[in-house]
Amino acid sequence: MSISGRADGQPMVFAHGFGCDQQMWRHVAPRFADRFKIVLFDHAGAGAADPSAYDPARHTTLQAYADDVVRLCRELELRDVIFVGHSVSAMIGGLAALSAPELFAKLVFVGPSPRYINDADYVGGFTDDDIDELLDSLESNYLGWSSVMAPVIMGNPDRPQLGAELTESFCRTDPDIARRFARVTFRSDNRADLPRIKTPTLVLQCSNDAIAPVAVGQYVRDSMPNASLVMLDATGHCPNLSAPDATAAAIAAFVAE
Amino acid sequence: MATDVQRNVARESFYAALLDDNAEKLYEQAPCGYLSTTPDGLIVKVNQTFLALTGYTRDDLVGRRTFADLLTVGGRIYHETHYAPMLQLQGHAREIALELVQADGGRLPVLVNSVLERLDDGAPAVVRTAVFDATERRAYERELLQAKRRAEESEAHATDLARTLQKTLIPPAPPQIPGLDIAAAYRPAGTGDEVGGDFYDIFELSDGSWVIGLGDVRGKGVQAAVVAALARHTIRAAAVRAGRPSEVLRVLNTVLLQGDVDRFCTSVVLFLRRIDNVWHAIVSCGGHAPPLLVRSQKDLSAFGEPGTLLGVVDDPAVVDTAVTFKPGESLVLFTDGVTEGRRGREFFGEARLEAAVAANRGAAQSIVDGVLDDVLAFQGDYPRDDIAIVVVGVEAATPAP
Repeated sequence: MSISGRADGQPMVFAHGFGCDQQMWRHVAPRFADRFKIVLFDHAGAGAADPSAYDPARHTTLQAYADDVVRLCRELELRDVIFVGHSVSAMIGGLAALSAPELFAKLVFVGPSPRYINDADYVGGFTDDDIDELLDSLESNYLGWSSVMAPVIMGNPDRPQLGAELTESFCRTDPDIARRFARVTFRSDNRADLPRIKTPTLVLQCSNDAIAPVAVGQYVRDSMPNASLVMLDATGHCPNLSAPDATAAAIAAFVAE
Repeated sequence: MATDVQRNVARESFYAALLDDNAEKLYEQAPCGYLSTTPDGLIVKVNQTFLALTGYTRDDLVGRRTFADLLTVGGRIYHETHYAPMLQLQGHAREIALELVQADGGRLPVLVNSVLERLDDGAPAVVRTAVFDATERRAYERELLQAKRRAEESEAHATDLARTLQKTLIPPAPPQIPGLDIAAAYRPAGTGDEVGGDFYDIFELSDGSWVIGLGDVRGKGVQAAVVAALARHTIRAAAVRAGRPSEVLRVLNTVLLQGDVDRFCTSVVLFLRRIDNVWHAIVSCGGHAPPLLVRSQKDLSAFGEPGTLLGVVDDPAVVDTAVTFKPGESLVLFTDGVTEGRRGREFFGEARLEAAVAANRGAAQSIVDGVLDDVLAFQGDYPRDDIAIVVVGVEAATPAP
């Protein structure tokens, strides 16, 4: 976890999605440091998070990750939080705001999806087979994960000489945890939660996103009582990396409202 | 020695190859698929090798498709959530395993390396990607993965077996005995994946007395568990005829010596009888630490003689020690997983056990929980040996049966 920006500023908590870590926000978060308190963290099991924070028995639902967010906010004694969640962390933020609405002032959902798998008339964009294929893909790509690299990747704050190797470790996670998080993420269904989230919410939607299609972003906005949508002219699922200017500008306009 | 003619031939073929291998051929016929895309992934240039691998024509791809479009859906998710961010964050992505969907719908396993080239102002300019056919490598990796999964399944199966076996070494829950307060705990060594050799049992005899047996077979694993199960059931069977605990231990000793078992064990057997509304306890130990008799906050003492190990000599020295067991008093039976719990070279020891018992005196459950918590905490929640604890107390107001 890292805290920067204005110590007395309104807190902005940035949460990364499936597949990466807080580095996802490095082109966006610093732009808010002059006026806000910036809180960046890695979900349990991701990035440089304390390996013992991940509990395979507990982290089987997005609610568990949401509980972590609530605990983080309470431990840091944050109030009026602006929560910015990318990808699956959008729903994690939504669940956190349902659990502890008093903590959150505004939510920003970047590329959210309340359900990835198609269901009757609802088009999430994926089938069960697609998700199995992803799990295969994860498995193929973690053959290179070795027990030798693991301690390096899991963070060694007391050994700065490992910094060089750490730059190689972006988006690398323990393979078991990655598969479990993938299952939790892509088999989640939070459609019923959306209408209950009263916190003002901005949906940031990329015009061409293979993970969270435009129709899904619109579904999120339409299902929530207090949400607006801004379309970003960006391709892909990570406008925080591919279009940081537009992403930051849209967030800035929303938080200034 | 090479002749002048041979030298000339070699020189000529060297120049011929050099002239033939121009930049164009180097690109088109490279021994890997090669493509360039915009930062968003739109294909702008592709080499002949890539077209041959995938079966597409240049017109199918250039200006029309993105690299992600050519992936399986699962691969596309991986691309969006891992590959693309990695490329953006560190400027390259290496040895990514993906599957390309070929023009005829077939799938080609590939290994992919990409670099992101930036303009002088840092803006992303172009992504260059090399694609290697990895069909055979992937087939082999799949076999490895399957072997790994099978190994994991066997391991899970073995753990399951160990846990099932372990359950046969202890009763599902301590029985309710009118006038007595009983609690027990069992904690296997380590992560509990391997079955251990500790056991205990609590049962009633036809004359209304109660027997508590607890013991520890040396070693771990299935062999130890089999002996522990034998010991538990021998104690049950022997207690029916035996008049006192030492006789039970003698029978157990004989069974261990006669049986085809190469293990010895320690055990403590306790008889509890109520005569004229007063509980009497008789204890006998075979190479086992005597139970702790807790009379008051300050009066804690070992009760009984340790005796000799069972399953070693024909005539073990096991003796009976009797005591009147009064309301408010407790007896604590434990295996050496408690007293020999280790932190580095230090043992948990009797003094810590007594302190834990004294601090949690009262209900049997509170003593059990207090001792277990302390022993586990002492070892950093990773016990090297199995831990079994049984606590029995006489309830303050004992109604007549």
